[in-house]
Amino acid sequence: MNMIVCLKQVIDPETPPASFKIDPQSNKIVPPPGIAPVLDPYSEYALEAALRIKDAKGGKITALSLGSDLVREVVKKPLAMGADELVLLEDEAFTEGDSWSTAYALAMAIKKLGDYDLIFCGRQAADWDAGQVGSAIAELLGLPSVTVAQKIDISDGQARVERVTDDGYEVIEVPLPALITVSNELGEVRYPNIRGIMAARKKEPIIWRPADIGVDASELGAAGRRTRLLKLWLPVREGKCQMIEGDSPEEQAVNLALKLREAKLL
Amino acid sequence: MAESKGVMVYAEASQDKLSAITRELMGCARKLADDLGEGLSAVLVGSDVASLAQEAIALGADRIYVIDDRLLKDYQTDAYVAVMGKLAQQVTPRIIILGQTAVGRDLAPRLAFRLETAATLDCVELAIDADSRRLLATRPVYGGNALATFTTESQPQIVTIRAKAFSPAEPDTSRQGEVTTIEAGLRPEDIRTKLLERVTEEVEGIRLEEASVVVSGGRGIGSAQGFKQLEELAKLLKGALGASRPPCDNGWVSEHLQVGITGKIIAPDLYIAVALSGSSQHLSGCSGAKNIVAINKDPEANIFRAASWGIVSDWKRVLPAFSDKVEELVSG
Ligand SMILES: Cc1cc2nc3c(=O)[nH]c(=O)nc-3n(C[C@H](O)[C@H](O)[C@H](O)COP(=O)(O)OP(=O)(O)OC[C@H]3O[C@@H](n4cnc5c(N)ncnc54)[C@H](O)[C@@H]3O)c2cc1C
Ligand SMILES: Nc1ncnc2c1ncn2[C@@H]1O[C@H](COP(=O)(O)O)[C@@H](O)[C@H]1O
Repeated sequence: MNMIVCLKQVIDPETPPASFKIDPQSNKIVPPPGIAPVLDPYSEYALEAALRIKDAKGGKITALSLGSDLVREVVKKPLAMGADELVLLEDEAFTEGDSWSTAYALAMAIKKLGDYDLIFCGRQAADWDAGQVGSAIAELLGLPSVTVAQKIDISDGQARVERVTDDGYEVIEVPLPALITVSNELGEVRYPNIRGIMAARKKEPIIWRPADIGVDASELGAAGRRTRLLKLWLPVREGKCQMIEGDSPEEQAVNLALKLREAKLL
Repeated sequence: MAESKGVMVYAEASQDKLSAITRELMGCARKLADDLGEGLSAVLVGSDVASLAQEAIALGADRIYVIDDRLLKDYQTDAYVAVMGKLAQQVTPRIIILGQTAVGRDLAPRLAFRLETAATLDCVELAIDADSRRLLATRPVYGGNALATFTTESQPQIVTIRAKAFSPAEPDTSRQGEVTTIEAGLRPEDIRTKLLERVTEEVEGIRLEEASVVVSGGRGIGSAQGFKQLEELAKLLKGALGASRPPCDNGWVSEHLQVGITGKIIAPDLYIAVALSGSSQHLSGCSGAKNIVAINKDPEANIFRAASWGIVSDWKRVLPAFSDKVEELVSG
């Protein structure tokens, strides 16, 4: 079983809202000082899904990340968790892309890698929450896809996938090769162990530039965008909260109930 | 290709009725169509869906496209992308709008890539730019920490809308519209996936998305037992129970109770948030609530920035007294 997992490096999504700043002039996020980037948590679920299959059936996992200034400790984490190989699409030309240019480059890299049974992506990346790259890669490579998976079983060249729906889940059978996007309902993601961390330290990533995957810079990153970002801003929260006082928590509770009654909410 | 014109809505139905999201889709799409001075169409895809056409017309569609085929009985990516792709090439709409549902979030991006255009998912605001006549699509990004407006130069422009973000259309049964039937032209072998089973989680009492009062707990509740107290309060208020992500991950409550960007998006009249900090990801799911009450021992908790009323105290002491008083008030 050959598996490819796409993992994105992002600004830590658990950055406290108060530290989250943007630069309205350039329409860009100001990286929160002192908070290191992390792997997109949904990408980690995608990797975990692949690792579970490898644990059960064996196989090879190639991790694939696209960006520039990729922090080695961050993008090498998949190796520490149990992936076998790491390919980085690292070049200035890859950055500032949208779902189109990102998916296009990833799809071309996957084509070059060639031999695969399953491709995994996160359901969405925790920075722009776009939720498109997985489906896009599948469309570009002509593969069947199942999105928002919470469980995957492999048998007889097929994947049986539980796909999360609005009020439960459905079980879908898909022939391989296929692309699957994974959701947090998959359950806990493993921590790298010491042996994995040591192994990862010794392994060097393979780095591909645009020419290595045979694409023109005009198709990549900012140049290849099909959606234009016009405006980026922070939502205003009014901060009109009325604090309910009282001599004890019990008295505060009673006062709150009375307030809500007064407001006709009870 | 012909000039792109008009707004097209992908109408969703369940149990032989148009879904709530479809009314919201029609509400916002009608406005966009009027702003453009162009027509509004709705697409019904499925098996035995033709009977819903009148309902969609009443909600504001000028034209209905019905694609009815046994092979379309259940949503399957290959089948639905194929028929929607063909229809879009034939009709060349300027804009296609879908709901950000299990179906919409799967169909929209793949359809966009098939049509070599771009999609913007989970929009909370849509407008037409007067000069360029392009769609301006606004959506939360960075887990709800920021908002962004996007536009696309390629056509059709495809977007999905978040539940509860747009006002639903009011049905008007005197409205007239045309119904066009389109051949699906599908062969069974075009559909590579197979739906084996659909499992629906049974909910006791009122559904979270429909409740007018929601009592929601966070990591600070600490246990499944703690949630029992919240559940009792929810019952007393004829509301539903909700949770932030940690209680779901820890198995204190069902994962279907998660409110937030990766959970349910709700807009009750009253949201009582107990011992949860109010992360952006959580607020994404409940900031549509008309009134938020926060109970948290940390006065700096972010939830107070979104709340109308707050209590800074230990919930374990606040909640019993609050429940007692509520019981007295609602029974009295
Ligand atoms: C990609 C991504 C998606 C996510 N999606 C979601 C989502 O859909 N929904 C969601 O909820 N989260 C989501 N999260 C997680 C989110 O970032 C937060 O980690 C989470 O919402 C925190 O939950 P919490 O507020 O319950 O816990 P905490 O942040 O730990 O807050 C606990 C609060 O309880 C208070 N407290 C503790 N004890 C007491 C007491 N005795 N009395 C009163 N108050 C007390 C504390 O002061 C604190 O404010 C997501 C995260 C990521 C990265
Ligand atoms: N730059 C990237 N490098 C590697 N994988 C990516 C990248 N961008 C997106 N992905 C993958 O696609 C998923 C969905 O991303 P998106 O469509 O951008 O929300 C992510 O969870 C990743 O698995």
